[in-house]
Amino acid sequence: MTANAQVGRPMPSAAGPAARYVVFAVWLLAAIVGGYAIAQRLLLGERLTAYSSYIPWGLWVSAYVFFIGLSAGAFLLSSLVYVFRLRQFEPIGPLALFVAVVTLAMALLSILFDLGHMERFWEVYLRPQWHSMMAWMVWLYTAYFVLLVAELAVALRRRSPGRSPGQLQRYDRVLLVLGSVGVPLAVAFHGGVGALFATVVARGYWNTAIFPILFLSGALLSGSGLLTAIVVFVWPRRDGAWRKLVADLARIVVGLILLELLLEFAELSIPAWYQVGPESSLIGYVLFGPYWYVFWIVYGLFGVAVPLVLLTRRDTFVRGIGAALVALTFLAVRLDLVIPGLVAPELRGLERAYLDPVGGRLTYVYSPSLFEWQVTLGVVALGAAVFYLGRRFLPLMTGAGEVEPRETAR
Amino acid sequence: MQRELERALAKPIAERRWGMVIDTRKCVGCVACTVGCSLENKLPPGVVYRPMTDTEIGTYPNVTRRFIPRPCMQCDNPPCVAVCPVGATFKRPDGIVAIDYNACIGCRYCITACPYQARTFDFGADWTDNAASGRPAALALDGATGYEHLVGFEYGEKWTRAEGVIPQSPVGNARKCTFCAHRLEKGMLPMCATTCIGRATFFGDLNDPTSLVSELAASSSSTRLKEDLGTRPKVFYLL
Repeated sequence: MTANAQVGRPMPSAAGPAARYVVFAVWLLAAIVGGYAIAQRLLLGERLTAYSSYIPWGLWVSAYVFFIGLSAGAFLLSSLVYVFRLRQFEPIGPLALFVAVVTLAMALLSILFDLGHMERFWEVYLRPQWHSMMAWMVWLYTAYFVLLVAELAVALRRRSPGRSPGQLQRYDRVLLVLGSVGVPLAVAFHGGVGALFATVVARGYWNTAIFPILFLSGALLSGSGLLTAIVVFVWPRRDGAWRKLVADLARIVVGLILLELLLEFAELSIPAWYQVGPESSLIGYVLFGPYWYVFWIVYGLFGVAVPLVLLTRRDTFVRGIGAALVALTFLAVRLDLVIPGLVAPELRGLERAYLDPVGGRLTYVYSPSLFEWQVTLGVVALGAAVFYLGRRFLPLMTGAGEVEPRETAR
Repeated sequence: MQRELERALAKPIAERRWGMVIDTRKCVGCVACTVGCSLENKLPPGVVYRPMTDTEIGTYPNVTRRFIPRPCMQCDNPPCVAVCPVGATFKRPDGIVAIDYNACIGCRYCITACPYQARTFDFGADWTDNAASGRPAALALDGATGYEHLVGFEYGEKWTRAEGVIPQSPVGNARKCTFCAHRLEKGMLPMCATTCIGRATFFGDLNDPTSLVSELAASSSSTRLKEDLGTRPKVFYLL
């Protein structure tokens, strides 16, 4: 409570009942719209989707890659606390782990809905084929999920009141071990997601060695952006320590934006430089095709330029908006990774060879259907609900008042 | 070809190596193969095993057209097999790349991995989805209802498509040309080879050096699509 007295500005959800009602109303709307679509997905299958046989992966796969990147990013950020022992980030340790759990669950749900036979997902456990990068990915993120839950449980127990210094040391050691195993695991599974695309020789746009690296840098960027935004808008205390924490996180996000920009430049400029070769035209599609605004406006403007300006401002809330923009717009980067690899016919004339007058499934044009967006919204609403419950019932944030007086007083 | 087929079937399955040769010089682009294939396999809309690309070469008035029917290449080194996370796609001893419809989870990774885009996904659509079913009409639409739900015989098994909470395979599966494996088992040539009006599609055992396909595949005008990828297709084109 001492800390709450220092609140500089009220947080949005604490601004009063009115603001809470607005947030709840928005969530409820998303839950209804999304829930309805999820029910349709379960009952009617994939009939209402817009992806096709020629562009077989669409928004849901992109959202999966996006969410799983958020998870890997948030987890790798937690390693700053539990592995690299950077004390200034200690307060966000359990929060980062919890965000990693929630976004991982959102990712798995997104990809489950994408399966033609959802009821057979367990086949990947029963009869994995180790040649397949997808089998590796599933097994690695299952291991990661188990480790993540274990690490979160230990991190939360460490936060319980009345721990002696000896107990805290023991918990720290366990967390160090789990975190040290988790870092290579997170790198492997998210690099593996990148490799899932990169190993497909048939798709020149994906088939580059930079893809797994790009996935990791993107995960770090989007995950730290999301975590920074959460710390800004949901953190219970608004004191100097909080401002310092956000400033440190904002610096990390800025650094990662620049790293991502460099890698994106390499990925796009190398195959397109002399404007010959099949990848050159695909990069032309990304930059100047019908969805040019996804790259230039959503990513370039709202994912890079505006956040760079906002994150380098002194105002903590402005920094929070910048970080939230980074996390939100990163879905555009994922769409720009997944879709362009699929838009060009592998054989000349295939786009006109045989048409599907009923469902339009033999086309090289893809724009996510409203239904696909609705399902993704439902997944987000579900994730938000789980996050809210976690925030309410778990001691995720140091100094929430009801948790640990020692930490609160810091 | 029929006699060669019978000769091949007399051998153990592992000693057969089915292959196809398509003579583009004789193909007139009638798409009888595409239609025959679709009917034989009861293909729903959006699923196609043997489309035929029709491309114009040159500029007016110096124009010609090129027809390339494209079945599954039944690669000896198939990229689709390697990517399947559950081993639902596999190469049979006779070289046909098959799909276990009861194991396929519908992730569509194989569809992205095929350099020939020979795989399509069964989204569960029916030809009569948008039809005014139930009304008296010259075309008797009610009679057409359920065409896709007739029993299919791919891979020698019986398949009845059905949508639903748990779709009935092959709905929700990747699908592709099977070289009409179910017909071969009964001593019949693939449907496309049978319906070709210009005798432009040849089929047989590539392990039999005296077979027509072996001779044609070895001819100087024979080529394969995207040989540089190392997929080693068993479909050859004569140019």
